[in-house]
Amino acid sequence: MEPTNNKTKDNPIISFQDFSFRYRSQKEPTVRHINLDIYPGEKVLITGPSGCGKSTLAHCINGLIPGSFSGEIKGKLLVDGEEPKKAGVFGMSKKVGTVLQDTDGQFIGLTVAEDLAFALENDALPQEEIFQKVDRAADIVEMRDFLDHAPGELSGGQKQRVSMGGVLVDDVKILLFDEPLANLDPATGKRTIDLIERIRQKQDVTVVIIEHRLEDVLYRDVDRIVVMHEGEIAADESPDRLLCTDLLEKEGVREPLYIAALKHAGAVLKPEDHPQHIETMNLLPYREQVRSWFARTKEPAAKALGEPVLEVQDLTFSYTQGTPVLSHVSFGIREGEMVSIVGKNGAGKSTLSALICGFLQPDAGKILLEGRDMAPLSVKERGERIGLVMQSPNQMISKPMIMDEVGLGLSVRGVPEKERTERVLKTLKICGLYPYRNWPVSALSFGQKKRVSIASILVMNPKILILDEPTAGQDYRHYTEIMEFLKKLNEQMGLTILMITHDMHLMLEYTDRALVLADGTLLADEKPAAVLSDEGLSERAYLKKTSLYDLAVRCGIDDPTAFSERFIACERALREGGQNQ
Amino acid sequence: MNRMISYVKKDTWIHRLSGVTKLFFFLLWCITSALTYDTRILLVMIAVTIAVFVMSKTAWRQVAPVFRVVLFFMVLNVAAIFLLSPYQGCEIYHHRAVLAPLFPGHDLTAEELFYLFNVVIKYFAITPAIFAFLVTTDPSEFAASLNGIGIPYTAAYSVAIALRYIPDVQDDYHRIRNAQEARGIEMSSKAKLTDRIRRTSSIIFPLLFSAMDRIDVVSNAMELRGFGKKKRRTWYAHRKLAAADILVMAGTAAFCTFALVFTFHDGDRFYNPFV
Repeated sequence: MEPTNNKTKDNPIISFQDFSFRYRSQKEPTVRHINLDIYPGEKVLITGPSGCGKSTLAHCINGLIPGSFSGEIKGKLLVDGEEPKKAGVFGMSKKVGTVLQDTDGQFIGLTVAEDLAFALENDALPQEEIFQKVDRAADIVEMRDFLDHAPGELSGGQKQRVSMGGVLVDDVKILLFDEPLANLDPATGKRTIDLIERIRQKQDVTVVIIEHRLEDVLYRDVDRIVVMHEGEIAADESPDRLLCTDLLEKEGVREPLYIAALKHAGAVLKPEDHPQHIETMNLLPYREQVRSWFARTKEPAAKALGEPVLEVQDLTFSYTQGTPVLSHVSFGIREGEMVSIVGKNGAGKSTLSALICGFLQPDAGKILLEGRDMAPLSVKERGERIGLVMQSPNQMISKPMIMDEVGLGLSVRGVPEKERTERVLKTLKICGLYPYRNWPVSALSFGQKKRVSIASILVMNPKILILDEPTAGQDYRHYTEIMEFLKKLNEQMGLTILMITHDMHLMLEYTDRALVLADGTLLADEKPAAVLSDEGLSERAYLKKTSLYDLAVRCGIDDPTAFSERFIACERALREGGQNQ
Repeated sequence: MNRMISYVKKDTWIHRLSGVTKLFFFLLWCITSALTYDTRILLVMIAVTIAVFVMSKTAWRQVAPVFRVVLFFMVLNVAAIFLLSPYQGCEIYHHRAVLAPLFPGHDLTAEELFYLFNVVIKYFAITPAIFAFLVTTDPSEFAASLNGIGIPYTAAYSVAIALRYIPDVQDDYHRIRNAQEARGIEMSSKAKLTDRIRRTSSIIFPLLFSAMDRIDVVSNAMELRGFGKKKRRTWYAHRKLAAADILVMAGTAAFCTFALVFTFHDGDRFYNPFV
């Protein structure tokens, strides 16, 4: 072997050496004593719950720390032979291309071509050269036909591809993805992961992905997974080995569903069976265990159904004539149900909720609330029966104090102060916010703010709650916290809950029924497990069939839907058992 | 959806002109129409701007709401002039022909009417030009043009970036407004004006917080891709001046020079049909 050749191969491209960082505003370091080497051409996934320091690590690599976020660095970090703190954000931008999670916010140009050109323009390259490089980058990310499109004309996945192209124009050596899947529908997320892998192979780059949606990232091979825990590295393993441990679960990172199912069945996984992908994993040693688990578990009891509370009849709507966003959509919701509305971006989900809330008027069709046509009701009147909770609490909160914020809907309706205070306090108790009742909203965490925004709707005693992406961007722990809270409201108060979501886990675990929209029509109105077991349906609606389905099929179980349902029931029982202890 | 007064891509010769040319036309045109009160010049200018507006294939609904606002201010302006200085026209034209005595100190004179007519046509000489400029100029290309004529690129780019995010902020606004309306904070015309003003805070604050979140992301994203690194930058959307640009600029300069000479040759910027 040539010594020089050997040397380049063995020199890490990113090297953290006993590295710690403390933000200026914090007492304790956010990342501590990090020792991590990443080698050229590797693909590394850094995962862990919110607040574990994984995003901080990313900011260290691209120079935003200490360039934009100042603080105290101890130890050493080398990225391609340079120290980011010396090279600065601009110096690092030639080596590290960063793709952020907000697909809208990071789209800077007014068209695809201009966004791709942005870094080149800032380098003051001649226009001719910019044209060539933009075309090449557009080819790599398969956006050549969209060069003159404005961001408003693109889907989330397409915008993200442009972001990737925008950093690839610079021939960077490292591609850094900060939660790339957070805003994408499942099928688009899968395609993104596939594109990242193809780019890695073609462009010979090192890839670092920060993400807590482990199963989705593992759709394509990953060399190593680094698990962070409270600012330290808890594990640094190959996926095959890591999946055989119980470390992920302990750290609050969701295991792939098929792995969880195998473990429930009592299987002890071995790395040599390559559990990284369900499609290629050697299931032979576990097959019988899975089958017998399936045989001995019982089907979950069906929930008793209430009276119909909301009926949508033959609803049609279009913004511009001739191109309906929704056409002839009909369904019914019964009291006490938890229903998810799913489908790809732009399928008409938000339009549907806007029609129900009365922000838009249908072209044809009716919406009935408890049997009465809602057409004559104003937005405000509907708001008393049907509460809408927006995706980000920042989009709703307008008062500095929690009590005022939660009581806002009552005070504008002229509810007397005494009754108002009573109802606000009662709602705060239900939402677990009572201890914070005298706090300013700004002192709350994101999850608590979310609860404030839900409380401010609940206080009006609505019949139905509609939530837009209630768990987007939340890690497993916060996801569970929010969803368990909603479930409690559903079970204890009999509240009917409709959720617009991209999250297949949410739909599978927490909803009784899924309404699947695609291109403005209602494709299916079925049990979630059945939706996700129907390959054709999943594909058309940009959903993703779950790995439970694959596991069931590969183990020779002829009813994959029932398998999924029993798994979910089993998980639920375990979680509730855990809580009661 | 309803995005007014924003660039719409179309293929007309006006759209194909460079942003510099359009800016040049726009500035000279405004200066000229501000200086001259010569009715004949103003009428020619109206004819030209309306022709430009039509040739740019601008749809009426793109500009109608803003046009209404302009009209409102025009009426306000005209009314104010008449109330505050009813004999302005007589002073200007050194002539007084009372058409109708309205009330003491406020006679309706032919001169005042003619003066007000001139004020009105000044509005009409400028407004279509502004509209045509706004809806036919690609903001990025315009930013490149501004930079080209010596304005620092950070300032020039802020124009483009503002236009980039205006639609997003508009969407945010609609979403927030809807959600707050559902909570009972009525912002439609059904509510009293005083209530609506008092309640704007319930929309402004969430909008501000969302905008702040966005600014954080945008500024990081820009920095990560090297914005502000060098003293100068190049532009993808930059367009070299073509023959048509030179022609338009020369034509504009010639017309405006002629207009000003014609207006001021008698030492007065008014055209006086009364003496």
